[in-house]
Amino acid sequence: MHHWLRNLGLGLSAGLFALAVACQSSPGGEPDPVVGPGETGGGITYKPTPVALRQPANFPAPVYDLANNPLTAEGIALGKTLFYDSRLSRDSTVNCGFCHQQFAAFAHSDHALSHGVDSRIGPRNVPGLQNLAWSREFFWDGGVINLDELPMAPIANPLEMDLKFADAVDRVRRTPSYAPLFKAAYGSDTVTTARFLKAISQFMLTMVSADSRYDKYARNEAGGELSPDELAGLNVFRQQCSACHATDLFTDHSYRNNGLPVSVSGDQGRFIITQQPADRLKFKVPSLRNVERTFPYMHDGRFLTLEQVLNHYAGGGVVDSPTLDPLLKKGAKPGIALTDTEKKQVIAFLKTLTDNTLLTNRALSPY
Amino acid sequence: MWRSILIPLVVAALCIGGFLACQSVDVPATQTGSLLINFDNVAGPQNLVLNSSTYQNSSGESFTVSKFNYFVSNIRLRRADGSDYVVPQDNSYFLIEEERPTSQTLTLGNVPTGSYTGISFVLGVDSLRSLADISLRTGVLDPGTTDHDAMYWDWNTGYIFLKLEGRSPAAPAAQNNQFLFHVGGFGGGYNGKKTINNLRTVSLTFGTDQLQVQTNSTPMLAVRTDALKLLDSPTPIRIAQHPAVMFEPFSATVASNAPGMFSYHRIQQQP
Repeated sequence: MHHWLRNLGLGLSAGLFALAVACQSSPGGEPDPVVGPGETGGGITYKPTPVALRQPANFPAPVYDLANNPLTAEGIALGKTLFYDSRLSRDSTVNCGFCHQQFAAFAHSDHALSHGVDSRIGPRNVPGLQNLAWSREFFWDGGVINLDELPMAPIANPLEMDLKFADAVDRVRRTPSYAPLFKAAYGSDTVTTARFLKAISQFMLTMVSADSRYDKYARNEAGGELSPDELAGLNVFRQQCSACHATDLFTDHSYRNNGLPVSVSGDQGRFIITQQPADRLKFKVPSLRNVERTFPYMHDGRFLTLEQVLNHYAGGGVVDSPTLDPLLKKGAKPGIALTDTEKKQVIAFLKTLTDNTLLTNRALSPY
Repeated sequence: MWRSILIPLVVAALCIGGFLACQSVDVPATQTGSLLINFDNVAGPQNLVLNSSTYQNSSGESFTVSKFNYFVSNIRLRRADGSDYVVPQDNSYFLIEEERPTSQTLTLGNVPTGSYTGISFVLGVDSLRSLADISLRTGVLDPGTTDHDAMYWDWNTGYIFLKLEGRSPAAPAAQNNQFLFHVGGFGGGYNGKKTINNLRTVSLTFGTDQLQVQTNSTPMLAVRTDALKLLDSPTPIRIAQHPAVMFEPFSATVASNAPGMFSYHRIQQQP
């Protein structure tokens, strides 16, 4: 009798399982993988290797929704191939890595303004790429509000890669060497906009900078010794700079007018996106990680050295205007009061933010 | 012996029962039918013809039209009893392009049978969908396909809801006498980011007519879209003054003229 009951129970659970499987509906949107994870089909095994996004102990929680784009070794590899593929520019001369150089923390070293196809010059300085999972909005004006949608802008921008985004996706679709990469990452070689973009996101998300000497200091790790000058600089920085260059990401992700004289191009910054007069001349507060390597500085690359940057803030360079940041209006004159010694100390501290792990990690390099 | 037969029987019965249960989930209790919605783009009393016919706005400016596209989304059908049938959101995004005749007739399936007296829809792409994961934005919402006109701003994330482009002597010679109205802006993003909100809702009633959705025929609702009204009412817009409207505060004026372009034309029960 007990035996009969157990068999009935087994039958019931099998039936319920069949019911559950039969009732599962496809979420829609993306084409289903030809084979499921771990299964084999056509002799090729689709089994992507999960990769965890690094969560440094001294960082806040990331904001990128990894649930919608879980990192895998295969997805990252596909994204890296796309990132360094010059086919994504009109004349196949420029890839993402052209302007985003690893040794410059994925900014464009020694270039005040962005360069594109036909040596065209854009209106702004190339922002570095690092710790993107902790950023909600992108570009100097924050116009792009999802990392997945970021690559469309430089690909299509006539001053950058100058290729219609749909044509870029189509070029990838017609390039046979991509089929196995898409298959490995997604289980099928169908090239979709979402797969294309999310793979690039995956690669960019791995550009985590969290191994500078300062990071080791912050986490009490070996190699985290700061000199007396650097420590003094950190102290000044915390008092005078960290309201905007906040947290160990060294930005509060806000948009501010830091008192630069209006550029020759009249760039209105954040105002272009929101059309709010209060946003005139505001630009995103950039992270200062690897700042030693990301020169020239400011949204238009007008300063070549950190000394020039500090002199802007502390040497009378800050121009008052209706949208000038209130934090720069605390003293008798606009700006930040710093002695020459303090400036030198701050710069000494900023150089402790250089992260050679990011700058030399072979996994991020094109070679 | 009977026990060894009984177990497979129970399993088989449960499996069949399971599939039957799923069937009944797919088929709603009410009966459904399909309907077509045709958007006929016109210019005043004439049919809209791209690049050839010359039209005039109420300010007396003459112009030709080279492009006229708009998104229709979040369709609702008004029942005779005043309640609405809301078309499931995933199936409720359409892009009408004058240069693609096939785009001008939409098919709605699985609509509950009955009498309908009106329709409403959003002109544009709502903020929820604009912010949705990119994999949920396929078809006409895919910014990476050549299957339709690029109706997307990559520099200020969001769809272009409506485009009217053409040539006019009133437009500056410096821009080849071309004018353009690109209306977009879904109102914001994360963390209180506020941008222009140019989403508008269009509501049309069928007067004394009723649209009968039935299981055995596919009626067609004909809507007329008068491109001239975009420049005329309620706010007259002069091309000479606004030859290139894109993401700027004035685009809200253009957006507010847009719902007036649409009017109910007729219902064909057997098109």
